[in-house]
Amino acid sequence: MENAEVTRVTVIVNGEPHAVVVDNRTSVLDLLREKLGLTGSKKGCDHGQCGACTVLIDGRRANSCLALAVAQDGAEITTVEGLADGAGLHPLQEAFIRHDAFQCGYCTPGQLCSAAGMLTEAGPSAVTDDLTADPSLTPGEIRERMSGNLCRCGAYVNIVKAITAMAGHDGSQA
Amino acid sequence: MRTFSYVRAASPGEAVGLYRPGAAYLGGGTNLVDLMRLGVAAPDQVIDVTGATGDSISESDDGGLRIGAGVRNSDLATHPVVRERYPLLARAVLTGASGQIRNMATVGGNLLQRTRCPYFQDTGMPCNKREPGSGCQATAPGADTEHLAILGHSPSCVATHPSDMAVALTALGARVRLAGPDGDRWVEMPGLHRLPDDTPERDTVLHPGELITDVELPPPPDGRSTYRKVRERASFAFALVSLAAVLDVGPDGRVRDLRLALGGVAHVPWRAHIAERAARSLPATPETFARAAGEELRSARPLPGNEYKVTLARNLIVAVLEELAP
Repeated sequence: MENAEVTRVTVIVNGEPHAVVVDNRTSVLDLLREKLGLTGSKKGCDHGQCGACTVLIDGRRANSCLALAVAQDGAEITTVEGLADGAGLHPLQEAFIRHDAFQCGYCTPGQLCSAAGMLTEAGPSAVTDDLTADPSLTPGEIRERMSGNLCRCGAYVNIVKAITAMAGHDGSQA
Repeated sequence: MRTFSYVRAASPGEAVGLYRPGAAYLGGGTNLVDLMRLGVAAPDQVIDVTGATGDSISESDDGGLRIGAGVRNSDLATHPVVRERYPLLARAVLTGASGQIRNMATVGGNLLQRTRCPYFQDTGMPCNKREPGSGCQATAPGADTEHLAILGHSPSCVATHPSDMAVALTALGARVRLAGPDGDRWVEMPGLHRLPDDTPERDTVLHPGELITDVELPPPPDGRSTYRKVRERASFAFALVSLAAVLDVGPDGRVRDLRLALGGVAHVPWRAHIAERAARSLPATPETFARAAGEELRSARPLPGNEYKVTLARNLIVAVLEELAP
């Protein structure tokens, strides 16, 4: 068997720098779960098709299963464990609880990180009629923008409600 | 996954200098990392080019647009000039993949992504593209042909190119700048991707070690344009058939200019030159569009199980052109 090639990288996870030696084949997801003990991010398909592994890399949502850890030297990564500020829950987490937006919970960390990233993304989506406008987040827009996150329990209806509440479109505070 | 060395290139020249047979350039990784995990790709050296090619979009002197190959798909689709002046490109990119993947995927990587033919992705199956000379399971009796080609395929390969963005770039007549061991060159679209013939292992005309550094768009064409994608679910799925269309109709109601590119039907983004010529100068009516679509698809050779794509492509051309006609 060939010797595994390794590289030393530093990643900042939830605000904390970690200098680690990684096998070059390691995904960010495996680094988080296996090496850093952050098991909030979930391995669903390991092919970028389900979104359960979604984290924020330098503030943008990404599939951590498709990102090689070796390519993230210096990156700032936020996982579901880092969404909340201190002991309280993140408003999105509160909204998911209030609107009953999960059943088994396996996809929820990815849904939360994806929604957190999505809410910062400007511009149109594939369902926006006028591409030059910045559309408001209707349920249709939210469904399109969250299509990279699957929920096999089918909690989509309430996930959309929770995100809508967070986006402030039903007038309620999340 | 096979072990590999990792190196980051800071410029196209450095990337090309580092290249050797068996190496792979890494962009966003959304396709390459998956193929490495599947065992379809097994580079022994990965050259990260995300810091080597440009990640900015700038207007060129002739009124066109220059896009660095390292620009992320989401940044391309939401760029104000792309949204306003190249709506078919913005819409094509927005219909591709998911928000997460668009944040990661680069323009250069999008163009060089591999087919999603199920037999190419399954190392337990013969595939001439993955393993030249091993055969083609997609043409075996009972094969799943739903997503495979109806145009331009060969006995050795019936795969389709999966990119949405490339279809829009093909309709726009974009050109691609390459850096390589023998210097820089430009390749026009269509012309970057190639038909499979008996060497389906080559998706494009790139030589070993060549790297896409920029994509250049000509000034926006006259007329109206759009991109429409037909797929099995409403979002986050590859095209069954897609169409990028530009239609310019004169004051006399006749077709002045027409550009059509089909996705999901061939080994390349399929520029429908026959339909374009057939409709030019004729009244911009559903009859003209139907006749033009029919002429383009006369050479279609569907596989058992994907005959539906011929009808779908024809109807898509007519519906989109009716929508674009004044």
